Amino acid sequence: MVAPLKVLSNRSDRLTSGHRACPGCGFPIVLKMVLLATEDPVVVANATGCAEVCTSIFPYTAWDVPWIHSAFENAGATIAGVEAAYQSLKRQGKIDPDRTIRFVAFGGDGGTYDIGLQALSGAMERGHNILYVCYDNGAYMNTGIQRSSATPPGAHTTTSPVGKQSTGKREKRKDLTAIMAAHDIPYVAQASIHNHRDLMRKAEKGLHVDGPAFLNVLSPCPLGWGTNTAMGVEYSRLAVETCFWPLFEVENGEWKLSYKPRKKLPVTEFLKDQVRFRHLFRDESLIEEIQADVDRRWQQLLERCGESAE
Amino acid sequence: MAVQRRSPAESVAMTGNEAVADAMRQINPDVVAAYPITPATEIVQIFSAYAADGRVDTEMVLAESEHSAMSATIGASAAGARAMTATSSQGLLLMHEMLYVASGARQPIVMPVVNRAVSAPLNIHCDHSDTMGSRDAGWIQIYSENAQEAYDNLIQAIRIAEHPNVQLPCMVMMDGFIISHGMENLFTLPDETVKEFIGERKPLYPLLDVDNPVTFGPVDFTDFYFEHKRQQFEAMLEAKKAILEVAAEFEKISGHRYGLFETYQLDDAEMAIVVMSSAAGTSRYVIDRLRRQGLKVGMLKPRVFRPFPAEELAEALKDIPVVAVMDRSDSFSGQGGPLFAEIRAALYEYDKRPIMVNYIYGLGGRDVRVESIESVYRDLDIIRRTGVVGPRVRHLDVRE
Ligand SMILES: Cc1ncc(C[n+]2csc(CCOP(=O)(O)OP(=O)(O)O)c2C)c(N)n1
Repeated sequence: MVAPLKVLSNRSDRLTSGHRACPGCGFPIVLKMVLLATEDPVVVANATGCAEVCTSIFPYTAWDVPWIHSAFENAGATIAGVEAAYQSLKRQGKIDPDRTIRFVAFGGDGGTYDIGLQALSGAMERGHNILYVCYDNGAYMNTGIQRSSATPPGAHTTTSPVGKQSTGKREKRKDLTAIMAAHDIPYVAQASIHNHRDLMRKAEKGLHVDGPAFLNVLSPCPLGWGTNTAMGVEYSRLAVETCFWPLFEVENGEWKLSYKPRKKLPVTEFLKDQVRFRHLFRDESLIEEIQADVDRRWQQLLERCGESAE
Repeated sequence: MAVQRRSPAESVAMTGNEAVADAMRQINPDVVAAYPITPATEIVQIFSAYAADGRVDTEMVLAESEHSAMSATIGASAAGARAMTATSSQGLLLMHEMLYVASGARQPIVMPVVNRAVSAPLNIHCDHSDTMGSRDAGWIQIYSENAQEAYDNLIQAIRIAEHPNVQLPCMVMMDGFIISHGMENLFTLPDETVKEFIGERKPLYPLLDVDNPVTFGPVDFTDFYFEHKRQQFEAMLEAKKAILEVAAEFEKISGHRYGLFETYQLDDAEMAIVVMSSAAGTSRYVIDRLRRQGLKVGMLKPRVFRPFPAEELAEALKDIPVVAVMDRSDSFSGQGGPLFAEIRAALYEYDKRPIMVNYIYGLGGRDVRVESIESVYRDLDIIRRTGVVGPRVRHLDVRE
């Protein structure tokens, strides 16, 4: 059970203020909420990317918990090593065997969907007691908005630019959450920052479950998306209401929808006013394609969750 | 290595891989993370059996790649564990990025490496291209001639790496197949002696000390990065002292004497070769033969390549008229192998220095025969007598 807001507001932040994320950035919210979901001590590993770069500029640190960054593609393997050390030292009585420590890794979509997928898959398959959280902002933001396999089709990025013969990213998004579910691990979920109770409930589950857990959270990026800095939470809400980013969880292989919009909004509600999608509105067929893709995926998810469209 | 006489009855027959796995059993690391690759696979295979039988307290992380194996080793070490891995060739190359992270984060990880050629073309046999490719990654590098040395070096490596003034990772090499799979008689130490010798690791800022949170591997820009690299430089200098300190202590428990390098018949030598690892054994045999024929030949076998013992090597070689440096890898600079380049540079300070030539030898496991080494000495003899150097960089036993 997620503690009530009153209680949560009295917990001290594990990612403190003073970090250098852009105004309106989503990942600090993701990181803070996830880490507020447990009172147990945690050790964090971070993949290279915005979250790492903005929070750890020597000699300063925004982290009030033990934290390690070692490279871009290996947050899964790094946290696995930390957790293995914990298991070993605990078993040997070299550290307090009665003190439970939680292990969390954070990575952006590039560090998770792409270059870090192998290390993540390995860590999940080996059954480490860890929670891996992907903050998916839909591109390699730290290096200047390059496309990743999480970038939505049609999006303009610096490596899938709109041009005379290009309408942005051609390819579909990789469904990483489903790939993680296919690892048959105890807990996999998808969440969004606009629904903090759902996000924290999922983080809590992922942190306390016995075995590996994976949480994918949509993370707005005003710079990369070309959106108003005050609108991140609203875009997150629209992503969910349009079923572009459905909220669900897979617990021990059982798919469960966490939220079903009363009236599914057209995907244009999410796309509109984002500079990265602006060019799509010049060609109706492009929007139709994207809508069809969202609809198909939503239908697939409903079936997996044993839900009807109504 | 100089050996005190011990009764052969006390010796055991082991391959290099078995000897290294046995040393690992005695070290009993908290975490081992690894991935298979010929010819190093056996080390972890044998060790896994020890873990499966509860003969060690180790948590095994059977990673999905060497990159992850090294990453997990770094994570475990930063957490406060004594963490090890083992690899070879392509595996070491895949780890390359993480080698720098291990040394930059000052993690005293110890890793046996079985030397093997690198692709392309694919070749599983011995040369030193793999570890020479990581010579500037900030790791201590110790090369072993035989299984005994690999065993002894691995145990010493724990103390060297974890030395308070050092705190650097250390790789311990042996030649693929020639040593890793060759059976030899060697002396191991009692488990208790090893345990006492290496002691418990005292990690400096373990991640698992959750009451004192530390930030590991931060962003470190123009204002501090350089200072941290300067500290690494200092740690390498300290490593040279620590290696000798630990060797002196190790001699007390083993009777085996180690230094930065070993010499054989070098004092009055008019011609010498510098050669690392298993080929040194063959060279010793050739030296004995040629000495009987009246040729004043000798050898210097580097043990420690990182830190590079430049002054010591130069002092040992400066008065020898003709020296051949043997490189079991090529740097493809067109100027010879890495050992040649560094030894030549070490002698630059001296007014009187040897004529030096370089032999690239044994690539991809090309056999180093008695005749091969003998031919090198014969070449040196011609250079010594005629003063004509000829090609500076030569390739031994290769079809031109
Ligand atoms: C092996 C390697 N390749 C490339 C990079 C360069 N790099 C650093 S961060 C980054 C992008 C990270 O993108 P993502 O994981 O999506 O996180 P974000 O920056 O969006 O937070 C890249 C490409 C690197 N550090 N290491």
